[in-house]
Amino acid sequence: MSKTTNIMIAGVGGQGSLLASRVLGALAINKGFDVKVSEVHGMSQRGGSVVTYVRYSEQKVASPVICKGEADFLLCFEQLEVARWIEYLKKDGVLVTNTQKMLPMPVITGAMEYPEGIIEDIKAKGVKVIDLDALSLATEAGSSKAVNIVLIGAFARFCEFTKEEVEECIKSYVPAKFLDINLKAFELGYNSAV
Amino acid sequence: MANKKLMLGNAAVARGLYEAGCVYVSSYPGTPSTEITENAALYEEMYAEWAPNEKVAFETALGASIAGARAFTAMKHVGLNVAADPLFTASYTGVNGGFVIGVADDPAMHSSQNEQDSRHYAIAAKLPMIEPSDSAECLEFAKAAFELSEKFDTPVMLRLCTRVAHSQSIVSLSDREEKGLKEYVKNPQKYIMNPGNAVRRHPIVEARMEEMALYAATSPLNRIEMGSTKIGIIASGASYLYAKEVFGNNASYLKLGIVNPLSADYIKSFAQKVEKLYVIEELDPVIETFCKANGIDCEGKSVLPITGEFSQELVAKKLLGKEEEHYTYEGNVPVRPPVMCPGCPHRGLFYILKKLGLTVLGDIGCYTLGGAAPLTALDTTICMGASVSGLHGFNKVRPDSAGKTVAVIGDSTFMHSGITGLIDIAYNRSVSTVLVLDNHITGMTGHQQNPCTGLTLKNVPVDPVKIEEVCAAVGIKRVRITDPNDIKATEAAIKEELAADEPSVIIVRRPCALLKKVNYGCKYQVDSDSCRSCKMCMRIGCPAISFKDGKATIDSTLCVGCGLCSSMCNFGAIKKVQL
Repeated sequence: MSKTTNIMIAGVGGQGSLLASRVLGALAINKGFDVKVSEVHGMSQRGGSVVTYVRYSEQKVASPVICKGEADFLLCFEQLEVARWIEYLKKDGVLVTNTQKMLPMPVITGAMEYPEGIIEDIKAKGVKVIDLDALSLATEAGSSKAVNIVLIGAFARFCEFTKEEVEECIKSYVPAKFLDINLKAFELGYNSAV
Repeated sequence: MANKKLMLGNAAVARGLYEAGCVYVSSYPGTPSTEITENAALYEEMYAEWAPNEKVAFETALGASIAGARAFTAMKHVGLNVAADPLFTASYTGVNGGFVIGVADDPAMHSSQNEQDSRHYAIAAKLPMIEPSDSAECLEFAKAAFELSEKFDTPVMLRLCTRVAHSQSIVSLSDREEKGLKEYVKNPQKYIMNPGNAVRRHPIVEARMEEMALYAATSPLNRIEMGSTKIGIIASGASYLYAKEVFGNNASYLKLGIVNPLSADYIKSFAQKVEKLYVIEELDPVIETFCKANGIDCEGKSVLPITGEFSQELVAKKLLGKEEEHYTYEGNVPVRPPVMCPGCPHRGLFYILKKLGLTVLGDIGCYTLGGAAPLTALDTTICMGASVSGLHGFNKVRPDSAGKTVAVIGDSTFMHSGITGLIDIAYNRSVSTVLVLDNHITGMTGHQQNPCTGLTLKNVPVDPVKIEEVCAAVGIKRVRITDPNDIKATEAAIKEELAADEPSVIIVRRPCALLKKVNYGCKYQVDSDSCRSCKMCMRIGCPAISFKDGKATIDSTLCVGCGLCSSMCNFGAIKKVQL
């Protein structure tokens, strides 16, 4: 079962991580892999911490979920979520993260503090980290909602799929009227992940 | 590849209904079951609807089955409690057209108020229950359920859990087989469950379950997969997948598709082939208890938890003592609980309820989030409808606090089971104040239509049920409507109704901010020079507002322009910016 590739997506409800996981799932099925995508619906989606899993393999994928130390890729849509989910990254895995900060309610109310220097701390552990300001890039592309596609762009540089394959897959998943914005977001994400 | 697709477990169940020639689907939304019915509605060949609650949905589907159609109803585990009354007696009547009940459990309570194991219902109601592990099985089992239903003349329960309902995996599609309607023949002995007839039906039910246990020993829905015989594992649903992930070929498996009834002989035949037998099942020890009662030596809950969700990590740790090496983050990570969305119309109301220091009996919906900081304005959340009926009991024994106590319930939940509680208030005269939070949609489950919205599941426009007319019709004389974003008017209305010496309903009306039709066309910004750092705007707990360098600031990517914060500011520091 060691040949399964595990991609974990962590974000804040409303950021579009569900669409990202569906694009990645479609990408894998297009290449003939067996695929499982595990999603989160309902209450936790309302601005809460949300994780989705994408697993694919040439063999049959059994479990739909990813556990600690198993993720080949951890895609974080927000900085604090890196701290929350880093345990899930495999020792030689790649972290792709948005540097955006979204304050959770306990921080807004002053009950807790948002930790400083999360990404630096993670880098210091020797983790391969691709960090980018996906919100600015998405805004540059034309919509702050395209953060998910910017991050897929960054991921595309490191995954086993070609840039064109990922691009084609995005085309089949986003509505036609937002296609230009999303393709630009993808390009910006791809180019800033170096 | 053309007929292979990546599909959500729930969508695959819907596909199974379609392929099986099902023609009637009626449900009430509930995570994690909702998408079955949403997807069923996409097939023109099937009638599909949102019923006001699970009991109604169940009974309509049973009616369709008696009329000769293949019929289906879906609900979450707690919805099955609502539908439990017809469930038990439908077991006695049996079916005409195949009748399948989808029920989705939520181990770990991702979006639920309890963690009940619905297998107990199958046992108690003496009904067969089958449980798929992935989307391909969701499709196949949905079809098989109709076959079993008609073969054994019984409703069949199809059990899912969150990780099966909300995971996507590959399915193979087939064409639909039209079944048409079976002939309806009047049959009082089968369908009129008065004592005289029911007494004769009960032994038939018992015989049916014995027959089904024999069937379970040979059914293709159950299977034995032999690997190493050192360890044997009995599992169903997602638990089977976790076990398979951990043990691969280093164990043998009895993979149960039929989780009720169980066949003791079949399980024994497997147990004899392995050295050490584990039962891996989430929630209650149902299979384990059955095994032990039948003298089959096994281990289950002595090593695995009775609460929460399993995973390969948990199974590996508990059964093998193995853990993956992983990174850690040493700092203190603030939790990120779900919150009311920016622009949520419930926010203003809960601010008022907290400000007035009221006791608030809550209900099931997005407004359960009114219990979280900083609003912390809720006292109870039990089940659908319990706010209204709970308020009646609360006020009957504490009449002095009636002027300080309210119930809050959403439009969809009010239709579901708030009306009967309100009738109790009107009929048995408690001086109670009920707030119906009408946001024009069933929100928490992801925007489903309901009788108040004016659209059906298939988006056919209909006359909406008017909440104010329902309240008046059951005998509430004081009914009024307010806008929760008009804090002054809503606060005044609540004070007036609490002071009245008769029952009243306030319909707190504003559409959900996530509805496509809602567009405020502006955003708000803080003018730092005018901000006096008083933090009044922070009291409403909007995730778009925070404090930076001693001044309030609004995250423009989150702000939807509802303007509630602006009305909180006494210094005019929060200003509208037109888009």
